[in-house]
Parts: sequence; structure tokens; C-alpha cells
Amino acid sequence: MDSNIDYQKKPAQTPVETERTRNRRVFVPKVDIIETKDAMVMFADIPGADEKSVEVTLEKNILTITGKVVPQEYAGRSPVYAEYATGDYERAFTVSDEVDRDRIEAIVKNGVLKLTLHKAPYAEAKKIAVRME
Amino acid sequence: MFGQGLWRVSGFTDPLREMQRLHREMSRVFSGIEQPLNQEDPLVNAWVGEQDVIIVAELPGVDPAKVDISVVGDTLTISGSREAVPLKEGESYHRQERSYGRFSRSLQLPFHVEAGKVEAKYERGILKIVLPRAEADKPRKIEVKSE
Repeated sequence: MDSNIDYQKKPAQTPVETERTRNRRVFVPKVDIIETKDAMVMFADIPGADEKSVEVTLEKNILTITGKVVPQEYAGRSPVYAEYATGDYERAFTVSDEVDRDRIEAIVKNGVLKLTLHKAPYAEAKKIAVRME
Repeated sequence: MFGQGLWRVSGFTDPLREMQRLHREMSRVFSGIEQPLNQEDPLVNAWVGEQDVIIVAELPGVDPAKVDISVVGDTLTISGSREAVPLKEGESYHRQERSYGRFSRSLQLPFHVEAGKVEAKYERGILKIVLPRAEADKPRKIEVKSE
């Protein structure tokens, strides 16, 4: 464990990179995004996370998905072989202004997050009258 | 924190796995037929204790009824399929990153297991299989007698 600790001071990067407070791995979940007539439907693979640990936020036009995963430990057994590592999930997308902010549905089932972003009713085109001075 | 030395660092590729992938890719190119079976999916982690072995696999979005687990001697096979989201008229993909299709993975366990007592649980997209060690395969302590 101690081999990970660097006793030297580390120079900061410019611009300063933001870091997570928790020292845990973070993965980018794989997604499928489908556009239907009246919505955008997103499926994200987040094995290990459930409805309690998933957070979906929409700020301005940035949609962020985060999912926390508690690493499993099995008492009395030792991890002898590992092909995948466990960690949290995080991914952000820019979405168009068409999205109806009040009608976003999120469902988590079997480690898959299904997000439905309904499109806002088509805004009427505004005609701007041009006057002559 | 992550310094357990067991996790495979994603930057490194297992040469054997890479060979297998190349072999598959070559046979696909020369035969012209796509191999429909993915034999490296799912990825697994293994925990071994004195009494049993636990195999954990990430299988998000799979119908647990469609996952087959079989044990013969010391070989465990996990197979099943993941279905793509069916597209209706007028729908289109912006991104398709998740994998679909049939998968089948065989693993050799460190010891023979009691096939009748194998338990599998599917929760939050994670499949956990507990395989108890076969009674006949358990280490036996031999007492040394003195004459």
C-alpha cells in the first residue's frame, strides 16, 4: 500500500485540474442514445449502481449522470483474479434547447439507466417586424 | 488505494487475449462470416476462499431468465444474450456504444465444485455466482502416528 504514497511535493498543473474528493476510480458509462419523434432516449450501462446512488442533473444545457458504486468485499476470500475494476460512473452531455426541462424521466433497472428527455412543444417562430425610420 | 496489484491496468493488454482477438479477426476476414458468439464476454472477477469460489461478472441489462450457468467438474460456463433496443419507424441512433449479441464464457475454476450447491444471484446488473468446493476435493489433514 505504502508504495503508492509519494513523499515529494507535487507541482500543480495550470490551469488547476479539479479533482474528486473521494479517491475512487471513475468510469465513463457506455451509452446508447436514440432520437424518437418526441423524445431523446438514453440507455447507460452502470452495473453496480442503483436508483439510490444515481444522480441526473441538468444545468443550463449540460446533462450530467453520476452513479456511485460501493466496492464489494467478500469476507474470508481473497481476490485472486480481476478482469474489471469497480468504481463510480460519470458522464456529461450537452443537450439541445429543445428538451423540456420539467419532463425528464429516469429509471434504473438491472444496472441500466434509462433516461427519457421529452422534446418541448415546438416553439412558435417569432416574426420580427422591421420598421423603417 | 488501488494498490492491490491485482487489477489489470486498462492500458496493458493481456497478450493471450490480444492473440485470441487477432485470430478471431483474421478468421472473420478470411471466412467472410461474422462470428456471432462473443467468448470474452462477460469480464469476470474471482474471489477464492477455502470453502468456495465467488465469480462476479458485470452484465448490465440482461434478462436473468436468459442467462445460463452450467458447471461440469471444474469448468464454469456463463452464456446468454443481450438484446438491442428495437428501433421503431422514424427513430435513429445518435450513439450506440453498448454491446449486444450472444455471449458465452468458460472458466476453469481452481478446484472441483459441488454442482448441486451452486448459487447465482443477479442484482444491479451484476451476476454473482457462489461455487462451493466439492467435498472430495477439500484438502485432508493426515495425522502422523507414532509407533
